Amino acid sequence: MNEPPESDAALVARCRAGEQAAWSELVERFSRYVYAITVRGFRLSETDAEDVFQEVFARTYEHLDRLRDDAAIRPWLAQTARRCCIDRIRASGREEPTDLELGTEESEEQIARLDEAMDVRAALDELPEHCREILDGFFACDESYRSIGDRLGLPAGTIASRISRCLAKMREILEGRKVSSAASGELR
Amino acid sequence: MTRYDEQSLAELLALLPPAPTAWVRAAQELPLLEKGLGEVLERAETDVEFRARLIADLEAALEAEGYDADPAVVEALRARLDDA
Repeated sequence: MNEPPESDAALVARCRAGEQAAWSELVERFSRYVYAITVRGFRLSETDAEDVFQEVFARTYEHLDRLRDDAAIRPWLAQTARRCCIDRIRASGREEPTDLELGTEESEEQIARLDEAMDVRAALDELPEHCREILDGFFACDESYRSIGDRLGLPAGTIASRISRCLAKMREILEGRKVSSAASGELR
Repeated sequence: MTRYDEQSLAELLALLPPAPTAWVRAAQELPLLEKGLGEVLERAETDVEFRARLIADLEAALEAEGYDADPAVVEALRARLDDA
């Protein structure tokens, strides 16, 4: 298994110190999250989603010095994305925005679900590389067994069983986190 | 509390497809815009001769035009030109 990735707070601190590589990593780490909020949470068109996506990261870059808590970069991004999406819907001049589009309970639930998905993705980073490639390729990128097999030099017929084994390893990581969180009193 | 069975893990992984590569790259390049990347890219789009010189010898073309480019800007430019 790989080491857990660098914490969000440490990554933000490196961004603030002006490290270009850290900023690239921060964008990489949260790009799927922001993208999903725009297209799944608020159902923006691709054009609007692209504008909002860039705006969210531009605001984040501008406000790095003013973050109150570096570890809270994810909720900060979510909140910024929400505001940008709502502004975009209101400014589009199309029909009256629906409650869903304006960030009511349903879109909040969707964002909470995306937060859970981000936690699962963090566990993905702790898996061996072949597991990351297989699980991400199959579930997030919609790749076929054949395409994954060709890319990784593995027989397509073995991909299904590898998926199952990799998911089992991922579950171990996630369940282990719960146990250690509970033991350290984080879960109340 | 979520029970992490195979089905729920699969559903959660599927919720986060990758953002388009060009969007991610543009966001990653934000800090470089104020270091001159934006200006060079804009000029390369409108000035065919300048673009050709950039492709032929990136560092030499930047130096000849008086750009004191940050190494990260040069790297980003090279990636853009390689993709073109």
